[in-house]
Amino acid sequence: MAIRNGASDQARSRWASGVIPYREMGYWQPDYEPKASDILCAFRVTPQPGVEPEEAAAAVAGESSTATWTVVWTDRLTSYEDYQAKAYRVEAVPGAPDQYIAYIAYDLDLFEEGSIANLASSIIGNVFGFKALRALRLEDMRIPPHYVKTFQGPAHGIVAERELLNKYGRPLLGATVKPKLGLSARNYGRVVYEALRGGLDFVKDDENTNSQPFMRWRDRFLFCMEAVNKAIAETGELKGHYMNVTAASMEEIYERAEFAKELGSVIVMIDLTIGFSAMQSMARWARKNGVLLHLHRAGHSTYTRQKNHGVSFRVLAKWCRLIGVDHLHAGTVVGKLEGDPRNVSGYYDTLRLNRVGPDLGRGLYFEQDWASMPGVMPVASGGIHAAQTHLLLHYLGEDTVLQFGGGTIGHCMGIAAGATANRVAVEALIQARNEGRDFLCEGPEILKQAARWCRPLREALELWRDVTFDYASTDTPDVTVTASF
Amino acid sequence: MHLTQGTFSYLPALSDDQIRAQVSYALERGWSVAIEYTDDPHPRNVYWNMWETPLFDVKDAAAVMLELARCRKANPGVYVRLSAYDRSKGRQTTALSFLVNRPADEPGFALERTEFADRRLKYTLRPYATVRPSGQRYPHGD
Repeated sequence: MAIRNGASDQARSRWASGVIPYREMGYWQPDYEPKASDILCAFRVTPQPGVEPEEAAAAVAGESSTATWTVVWTDRLTSYEDYQAKAYRVEAVPGAPDQYIAYIAYDLDLFEEGSIANLASSIIGNVFGFKALRALRLEDMRIPPHYVKTFQGPAHGIVAERELLNKYGRPLLGATVKPKLGLSARNYGRVVYEALRGGLDFVKDDENTNSQPFMRWRDRFLFCMEAVNKAIAETGELKGHYMNVTAASMEEIYERAEFAKELGSVIVMIDLTIGFSAMQSMARWARKNGVLLHLHRAGHSTYTRQKNHGVSFRVLAKWCRLIGVDHLHAGTVVGKLEGDPRNVSGYYDTLRLNRVGPDLGRGLYFEQDWASMPGVMPVASGGIHAAQTHLLLHYLGEDTVLQFGGGTIGHCMGIAAGATANRVAVEALIQARNEGRDFLCEGPEILKQAARWCRPLREALELWRDVTFDYASTDTPDVTVTASF
Repeated sequence: MHLTQGTFSYLPALSDDQIRAQVSYALERGWSVAIEYTDDPHPRNVYWNMWETPLFDVKDAAAVMLELARCRKANPGVYVRLSAYDRSKGRQTTALSFLVNRPADEPGFALERTEFADRRLKYTLRPYATVRPSGQRYPHGD
């Protein structure tokens, strides 16, 4: 068994046939100085009882790079020192005695240029099922500029999106059509029209709104574009509907996207479930065709939520920026879905800024330099409403899409009034913030003042004032004081 | 209709004091303010007429307000907007943009539908005001 405790059999040579500990095969190098071009990973490792953390870290390095379970002489035909990943540091996780953070460096040559599929197959391929570990989580990655520059990046990015839509200085507003299943195309378009004419910038298909018996995709697209154009004519402001083009095959995805483009839609949408390569194909398509690309992270919580096993959302956020989507759902802090405020702040910075971290307090293990790659617009969606607008602006900032679905469509005066309430709330808070007011503390008062002249906002505040989703987060940063590097 | 372009179009029209506060916010961030006006409110009309060049060297909100007053006087009864521009690396774009004047009467837009095969429609938006030549689109006054 390669995983062993204590000292190894010193008599054995590195190249003797059989099985020797990973850390003696070169995968544990505490003196290694990572190169600027290395890809760095921070893994949360939970070794099986009796397995030492250094050996567990070396095993992860080995299994995610060149190693197999036994010594192979064919390694000696290669410059294996370069290709072996190096575990160079292991730290105990405070408050979790069985867990360690293992830092591993990978040479750039291990990865195909511009391929998230290849990167994922390497880093999270076999190793997550490795028996010697009870659990394994990829917490963060440092993608060096050398590798960043091999990716297209966002089809448009935040700056281009704002210029295209002619909307500046405030969060954009959206809503997901509800009920997400069951409406006919004609009725569905009605929701889109009402929400847009009331003041939203976008309306959105949901992740599983594809092409079902009660509403086929082509009909939905036609009715939604009627709704979009009618709302533009009534407000003189550009608007869009995220047409979900997710389908069973790439051919169908392209067919639906082409149709949306032909109808004049400024944006299309895909789900994470279509897979990394399909997402990358659509990012290229979106760049080529001048259509914004919205990504719904459907399914991500199956592997991002549990703290001891899987892949952190911050890693997925990095991959999505490289893949090249323009929008990505990244949490709301205050809504109905998982999201620790510090972690979410780290995701938002990761998507938007050019240089981020390290900041362990926000779960950022490395410094990430995006080398001028445009930013992705983070989307906040799921159980948020107008009465929380000051909190959303505080936590999420200005470059975001706030999506009030139930918080628009559930308004007691109708969908358009719900949309107006949200828009007035956002504009009143932006105005107050710019005037130098403490909009976080004074938020409820600022909203109440606006509600005096805006009845839809008054009704919204009345209806949802006490709705909160106050549960402990599953995924939180483990704060430690360590040297940055 | 009520044109909703700009950051604050869902609020009551801003007073000069409120406009000045927004200008101060922009100037404090090192953004430069530009004044533009138009009588073509089409949402894809990107290039409004510039009132002189952007006020790169103006660091005083009162001076911006003075320019705005001059622009309003010279172009009564049309749309006027203030934009704040952020030249910092990675942005190099507009950071804030809001209407500070609009015509007393906004006739809105015609939505024209051209039918194609397979139920497809092509939509064209036309501001009613632009039927007339520029300069004669909105009654002066205001």
